[in-house]
Amino acid sequence: AARGCGGVWHRARQCGAGRPWPGPFPRGQRAVACNARGGAVPAGKSGLAPWIPVVGLEIHAQISSNSKLFSGSQVQFAAPPNSLVSFFDASLPGTLPVLNRRCVEAAVMTGLALNCSINKKSLFDRKHYFYADLPAGYQITQQRVPIAVNGSLSYSLCIDNKMSQMVTKTVRIKQIQLEQDSGKSLHDDTRCQTLVDLNRAGVGLMEVVMEPDMCCGEEAAAAVRELQLILQTLGSSQAVMAEGQLRVDANVSVHHPGEPYGVRTEVKNINSIRFLAKAVDYEIQRQIEELENGGTILNETRAFDSKLGCTVPMRDKEGKQDYRFMPEPNLPPLILYDAKSLPANMNHQQVINIDWIHERLPDLPSVKREKLVEQYGILPEHSFALLNEDGLAEFFESVVKQTQMKPKKVIGWILNDLLSYLKQHSLTVKESPVSSFLLADLLNLLEKKEISSSAAKQVLAELWKGEGKTPLEIVKEQKLELLQDQKELEQICQAVIDGHENE
Amino acid sequence: AAMKDGLRSQVSAALKEGRVTPTELCQRCLALIKSTKFLNAYITVAEETALKQAEESEKRYKRGQPLGVLDGIPIAVKDNFNTAGIETTCASNMLKGYISPYNATVVQKLLDHGAVLLGKTNLDEFAMGSGSTDGVFGPVRNPWSYSEQYKEKSVPKSHSEDEESNWVITGGSSGGSAAAVSSFTCFAALGSDTGGSTRNPAAHCGVVGLKPTYGLISRHGLIPLVNSMDVPGILTRCVDDAAVLLGSLAGHDPKDSTTIQDDFKPFELPNLTDVSKLSIGIPKEYHASGLSSEILALWSKAADLFKNAGAKVVEVSLPHTRYSIVCYHVLCTAEVASNMARFDGLEYGHRSDTKDSTERMYAATRREGFNDVVRGRILSGNYFLLKQNYEKYFVKAQKVRRLIANDFVKVFRSGVDILLTPTTLSDAAPYTEFIQEDNRTRSAQDDILTQAANMAGLPAINVPTALSERGLPVGLQFIGRSFQEKQLLTVAKWFEKQVQFPVIQLEEVKRHDDGVFQHQKSASFS
Repeated sequence: AARGCGGVWHRARQCGAGRPWPGPFPRGQRAVACNARGGAVPAGKSGLAPWIPVVGLEIHAQISSNSKLFSGSQVQFAAPPNSLVSFFDASLPGTLPVLNRRCVEAAVMTGLALNCSINKKSLFDRKHYFYADLPAGYQITQQRVPIAVNGSLSYSLCIDNKMSQMVTKTVRIKQIQLEQDSGKSLHDDTRCQTLVDLNRAGVGLMEVVMEPDMCCGEEAAAAVRELQLILQTLGSSQAVMAEGQLRVDANVSVHHPGEPYGVRTEVKNINSIRFLAKAVDYEIQRQIEELENGGTILNETRAFDSKLGCTVPMRDKEGKQDYRFMPEPNLPPLILYDAKSLPANMNHQQVINIDWIHERLPDLPSVKREKLVEQYGILPEHSFALLNEDGLAEFFESVVKQTQMKPKKVIGWILNDLLSYLKQHSLTVKESPVSSFLLADLLNLLEKKEISSSAAKQVLAELWKGEGKTPLEIVKEQKLELLQDQKELEQICQAVIDGHENE
Repeated sequence: AAMKDGLRSQVSAALKEGRVTPTELCQRCLALIKSTKFLNAYITVAEETALKQAEESEKRYKRGQPLGVLDGIPIAVKDNFNTAGIETTCASNMLKGYISPYNATVVQKLLDHGAVLLGKTNLDEFAMGSGSTDGVFGPVRNPWSYSEQYKEKSVPKSHSEDEESNWVITGGSSGGSAAAVSSFTCFAALGSDTGGSTRNPAAHCGVVGLKPTYGLISRHGLIPLVNSMDVPGILTRCVDDAAVLLGSLAGHDPKDSTTIQDDFKPFELPNLTDVSKLSIGIPKEYHASGLSSEILALWSKAADLFKNAGAKVVEVSLPHTRYSIVCYHVLCTAEVASNMARFDGLEYGHRSDTKDSTERMYAATRREGFNDVVRGRILSGNYFLLKQNYEKYFVKAQKVRRLIANDFVKVFRSGVDILLTPTTLSDAAPYTEFIQEDNRTRSAQDDILTQAANMAGLPAINVPTALSERGLPVGLQFIGRSFQEKQLLTVAKWFEKQVQFPVIQLEEVKRHDDGVFQHQKSASFS
């Protein structure tokens, strides 16, 4: 059975119908395929047992590093074509790979963060296929003994669209392997040409292989989102999907309970987390329909078409490839050490010490969330929201430090006012026109009861304009102060009463 | 008497004392290359850059600041090493006209030591062969074919046309480098050695051919045949010169992760007088079928030489030797299939005009660019790497390779210092005879005595020993312990001194002679 999965398809559909949390996409743009189609085609309509979908993921994360995995070329997004290509990257005859230490450290960090055991000896292999953007005719990867194995990743998602009902699930990590990225081919159909850009060729990748422990698009999306946060926290990858730094392929199959797994398809071309949920749910539904209509599922590679919201067979991946794997003879085994195995006379520049890296791991998102909940008394779902936005938790903590207002109250201002404003204007936290200092200032006025809550909102609206005024200045300008003087209040009241004597 | 005193005491001394200038030396070599053009030893002669380098060297000597023994010494490099600005072809249509943007580490090191690069030498296409007969630029002719020694012995069949059919091969695949050193057109040359490609032609051409320990010399810039066995090879006129070259080439290269980390200390070879503490192993498995009686006799004589000088000579066994060739065949073709995948016509090298599709273009490019030998090895290599065959062939061959390497470890552990074996089964075959058999059969036969050292990564050297009945050179091979080049070369030097191998008598060399080339004392540079 699908381990860690919600169980059968009707439950999967429930989960699919739930609001993804921590969701990367705004309300209203959710994975429709799962909902609509899932509802329209009840599982087991011909009296058959329900279907169990099985989803596994292969994720390629580009390592954040100044230079490539085996050469000194720079790594940079959107540089002029073929401007970052060394002799080795272009596979000039006689060139040899030289392993980049930074890439190894990034993979070790990631492996440790994903609870993997790190192999003290791992090996490199050549994987052969002919493609225009693979100059050597093979990719150097880790097929036999990868750098990290047997890990796990916990992620949370909410049930039935209720933020308060969050469940935590775990997906097993089969392995993490180091490998080279390929270049990019651009097909110019009108001129019948293929243009090749080798800037990306040879950039270091970590391939994270997740076991098929998920059962729907929402789970896959939540798992990837959590992985993304972890990578960004570690700094081992920038993991920006839009820039191709995080690429997800989904393996999808369906079967009846008690039966072996069905034939799986591989879905590629997924370039956002939102599309991942859509693509997986579409593919599950397509397979069920196909099977219930008496069809069969082919072991094929399919591409997700984000415009049509469906998956289509990929033409150039027809037929089975034999990659003719072979050990990479130009790289000795990659040896890592821990405190125990570290030889005393070894030059520290030349060795990588797993324990040393372990001790220096930053707090992972799950730990950060726990700390936020514990320290500030906020709700768990608030901690998810804080970590979901880069820099938001830090902003929150900074505001808390500068005000007398209780964190529980501050969180509302952060999530409801600041965050929604930023979203509306597509701004990052760093780009916020209101600094944590200004917001704290404002909240202090509120906390000291110098202004009312609605006045505070008015001031905030003024602050967004970014005109350099302090909250106090705005309050004064617009006369938004609350009156504290009893005599003055009495006078005003008297004046009002006096003016309405006849009523 | 001191016929092979070498670079250090001869040419280098002459340069230092101003008896000859680097430019004169270079010009004489260039002239000799021209008059021995019929040997087809060089693919490219870099006359202009060589003269420029000689000029620079001359300035250094004039300032009294030469860079060392190699400064101003003309050398040649096998055409499978990258040389910036000078064509690198691998004797293949695939790379004809290819000019590399960088120097191989070994080439750079030679230039940094002041050596003058005369040109690039001929080989079998991509170093796949044992005759130097299978390159697009035609076969290399063994200089000894034109020596007085050979002419005297060979039965004159009738007329001059027979001379045309009588010429013998150089062996290979570094035949161009061996012929270049043998005909005195350069003082030393680089070859490469994957299964014997340096030692085999060295034996046939009567020169010293050293295959150092795997990992001692950088392979960066050497266009690979079998990465796990390839080693840059050194071809010189005497053992001392091989030590000089080794000293300038060996050591860690950050660009080649398979080179050893430890520093290499260049050494001068002592003159061994006492061999009584030596233990020489004679591996019985090297009594291979096809070994000529002449060579067998020479081998025994050499063993006796050591014995009579007081060394311990013991018969040893390397039981897995017999599997070596077939195992080598699997590993070699598999790596060839992989290494050749990059030649697709996109980034560099030959590109076919076929424009129907990228796949068709690949296929046509590779068909036009590679000869039958290369294509055949790619095909079998890919077969061995198929998923269903991988365990059966590749993994098994790797295991056998380990057994072969362990054979050597055991023998050396038993107290043997050096192994003594023949280098080739017989002296060089006439070209017409040699091409009767296909490349694969020939390679399998010819590599039989040399490639086990590549499987085990051990240092091995061919020392020219005597002339055969036909007046052709015959060499013997010494195999040493890993990274024990000094011991290996010291023993080889002692042996070299005992056997007094004759100097080639060539008409062309005599014509250019003025004491630096042909005079026995000046035959080499150290």
